Amino acid sequence: MLRRLRIITAALFFVLITLLFFDFTGVLHKWLGWLAKIQLIPVVLSVNGVVLFILILITLLFGRVYCSVICPLGIMQDGISNLSGRRKGKKNRFRHSKAKCGLRYSFLVLFIAAIIAGISAAVSLLDPYATYGRIVSSLPAPLYRLGNNLLAWFAEKADSYAFYSTEVWIKNWVILGISGITLLAVGFFAWLNGRTYCNTICPVGTALGFLSRFSIIRITFDADKCTKCGRCERNCKASCLDSKKMIVDHSRCVTCFNCIGKCNFNAIKYTSVRIKKQKSGVAADHPSPKERSRRSLLAVTGALALAQLSKAQQLLQVDGGLAEMEDRKAPDRKMPVVPPGALGLKNMQTHCTACQLCISVCPNNILRPSVKLSTFMQPEMSYDRGYCRPECTECSKVCPAGAIKPITTAGKTGISIGHAVWIRDNCVVNTDEIQCSNCERHCPTKAITLIALEPDNEKTLKTPVVDKELCIGCGACEYLCPARPFSAIYVEGNVRHHLV
Amino acid sequence: MAKKNKKEINRRDFLKAGGISAVAATVAMTGCKPKTSVSSGRGSSIEAPTDKMTYRINHNTGDVVSLLGYGCMRWPLRQRADGDGEEVDQEAVNELVDYAIAHGVNYFDTAPVYVRGWSETATGIALKRHPREKFFVATKASNQRGNNTREGGIAMYERSMRELQVDYLDYYLLHNVGASLESFNDRFIHTGLLDYFLKEREAGRIRNLGWSFHGDVKVFDHILAMDVHWDFVQIQLNYQDWQHAEAPRNVNAEYLYAELLKKNVPVVIMEPLLGGRLARVPVQALTMMKEIRPDDTAAQWAFRYAGTPENVLSVLSGMVYMEHLQENIRTYSPLTPLNEQEYEMLEQATDILVDSDYIQCTECQYCMPCPYGLDIPGVFGHYNRCVSAGRILKNSNDDNYRKARREFLIGYDRSVPKLRQAGHCIACDQCLPKCPQRVNITQEMRRVDQYVEELRQK
Repeated sequence: MLRRLRIITAALFFVLITLLFFDFTGVLHKWLGWLAKIQLIPVVLSVNGVVLFILILITLLFGRVYCSVICPLGIMQDGISNLSGRRKGKKNRFRHSKAKCGLRYSFLVLFIAAIIAGISAAVSLLDPYATYGRIVSSLPAPLYRLGNNLLAWFAEKADSYAFYSTEVWIKNWVILGISGITLLAVGFFAWLNGRTYCNTICPVGTALGFLSRFSIIRITFDADKCTKCGRCERNCKASCLDSKKMIVDHSRCVTCFNCIGKCNFNAIKYTSVRIKKQKSGVAADHPSPKERSRRSLLAVTGALALAQLSKAQQLLQVDGGLAEMEDRKAPDRKMPVVPPGALGLKNMQTHCTACQLCISVCPNNILRPSVKLSTFMQPEMSYDRGYCRPECTECSKVCPAGAIKPITTAGKTGISIGHAVWIRDNCVVNTDEIQCSNCERHCPTKAITLIALEPDNEKTLKTPVVDKELCIGCGACEYLCPARPFSAIYVEGNVRHHLV
Repeated sequence: MAKKNKKEINRRDFLKAGGISAVAATVAMTGCKPKTSVSSGRGSSIEAPTDKMTYRINHNTGDVVSLLGYGCMRWPLRQRADGDGEEVDQEAVNELVDYAIAHGVNYFDTAPVYVRGWSETATGIALKRHPREKFFVATKASNQRGNNTREGGIAMYERSMRELQVDYLDYYLLHNVGASLESFNDRFIHTGLLDYFLKEREAGRIRNLGWSFHGDVKVFDHILAMDVHWDFVQIQLNYQDWQHAEAPRNVNAEYLYAELLKKNVPVVIMEPLLGGRLARVPVQALTMMKEIRPDDTAAQWAFRYAGTPENVLSVLSGMVYMEHLQENIRTYSPLTPLNEQEYEMLEQATDILVDSDYIQCTECQYCMPCPYGLDIPGVFGHYNRCVSAGRILKNSNDDNYRKARREFLIGYDRSVPKLRQAGHCIACDQCLPKCPQRVNITQEMRRVDQYVEELRQK
């Protein structure tokens, strides 16, 4: 009964959280956005006291329910482990092992230290929710979008507007590689040993494990009924049951309730018991699954590579046809641009765990993960596929970690996240000697003025001048600039966002 | 002008012919559809009669010319097998040309610049498969775009004969004159090209010499008054342009036609459908048409209008789909001239058209390619289709706002890739002189861009 309840709830949570990463229309987030906002690390980083209190309370009452039902990475491992257990002769495949406390607490300490020291890459790599987010958004989400585009194609044929196609592109090959490796590593341990990752590496698992030692309702042996047959132990994916000694390591038990059903003698119960003293395990060497290499798995997903704009023949002497357009390249920004609501790079760096939720939901294809070490995998903006449109506040709505704080559309137009920089040599006014006013015309804050090349002669060509006091860094000028491959006007981030 | 059914054609029993006019084509107002779909009921595939075509006689040469002329400006394209861009779908072209000739069409109009320069070649291949005396071919001395030389003009003329695989041209036109007197003089007088073409006419390699006109009325008057015998002139004529081709964009067809009639110069008609716009008229106009002739499509009305004046030699239509070709053949097999009541109705329909929000683009592609990669006809085409469907919104309180907004924006992305949309127009104005309709492309681009911005932000 309890087990079934756990499985149903977990499956529901898992599917819905996964959908959050698939949905690019922003509709689901309105209803389900809270699922991301109850994930522990984002809760801690966004200093959400109420939710944190509730999560701690749940753990103190019921044990690590969080790990079984709320954490998507945990549920994913249960799924993999379950598949593994369906193989022939693998029915009772687990066995008790000692807790690897040294390793566990080292990772926890390292994690806390990384948060305090602002080493965001380490925080991002260890946060289980963000790990899951990266896996979903870089591997299955593009497939989901391709499926959507197929439906959109059919819809177009049928003159329906039910589906519209969306861009599918690999936002960052490094992140894709890391996600792939993480999936392989976590999946490998889950396939072999169930919850090894959660009980050895995951800082959330360790922290909640520490709390759940003191949980009030917990799995306990009924010494009178137990025959020490070992059936429970052989079915414990957390390896926390010692049937010989009739001891449960509550710090590792994820309250999956599998053991209760397996016991033929009704000797395992989930009930409230007085706290007993427990022997802590001895640390053992365990290889880290986090081998970072940038190569493998890239080939697998090569098929997803973005199709280039088909080349149109460039014949100026005849009618018709489309001019070939060189692909836009992103400029090398000295200061990364982060979305309005992020307050600045510092806030982004210290709060974001790189779950990629904002990147998945950005409808204008602006956000993508960074490859710089200091902001590794965290979102940054680039305007080669679109610009930060005035009516959109999607990323600020979805961020669970307080890295991008909620903003309104009205407020957004007053937040300066960066400033435009003009590059004389790229501007078509200079290269093609033709009057272009696209940046000036599209600037929402009128921060760009056109000035005649020869000040005395109004009739000469005009080039843009940017008023940095008015510029909000939305990137309309950069996106709509006709210069290729680099725009003649691009946005540099502001260290700290401010109001104009 | 005399009008008669061509006698040479075998008068076979054509069983279906009687029933054709009775077949109703259901008219469903289409949404902001991309142009690949057949709209406004012009999709019914019904056999057309082979021996009922209306013909007109060119009194200069005695040519018996079919009232329906084939415009070779919009041949169907397909993806190349190697995936590198597009090419003319030659099999489809052959099929269309064979069908047209079999059903009495004998006038084919092309130009060196049409379909990215591929039109003459494709037309030549298709026509080569028919006896030379079965068809009249028309091509043009196109603008050499900025560098007009005698040698260039002669080379273009010779290339046309080569590509069309013929040793004489039935109709040769000075292409798209009317922008200005200077440009006409630059292209044909100072280079001596006109004299060259007149000699070629004497030599019999050009059987009829004429010109196609868009633009300034002064140029029209000047060229018509020249001491040259013009065998024919090609003008834009349709019920909107009859009296509403507002200067300086273009000259009213009423005036042009009257002047040509005075001089007894045969007239070839282009843009009878205004680039398809008259095939997709607003609902109110369509209702009026349906009241008089419930079975006819809007396109059929436009063709009957263009074909009714007796001095019209041929009405050109750039037919891409077999269904359009069949319908147009039916319209002119034979032509039922418009009566007074029908003229009056079309005048009212014109008022509706002129009052609506259309961008006066016929999607002729002359402006393309845009050096900055925009798909100009694509943008305007999408906008106009939405005007036809009554989907342009005035404010967000409209009942169907959410739906129409979604359809406009999704349809926009489907019709035109993001990087080629109106927002990317930098107003370089290089396209302006190329537009025969004198559309202020830059201004209209801004209008569309502003409209799209409003939709996106609401």
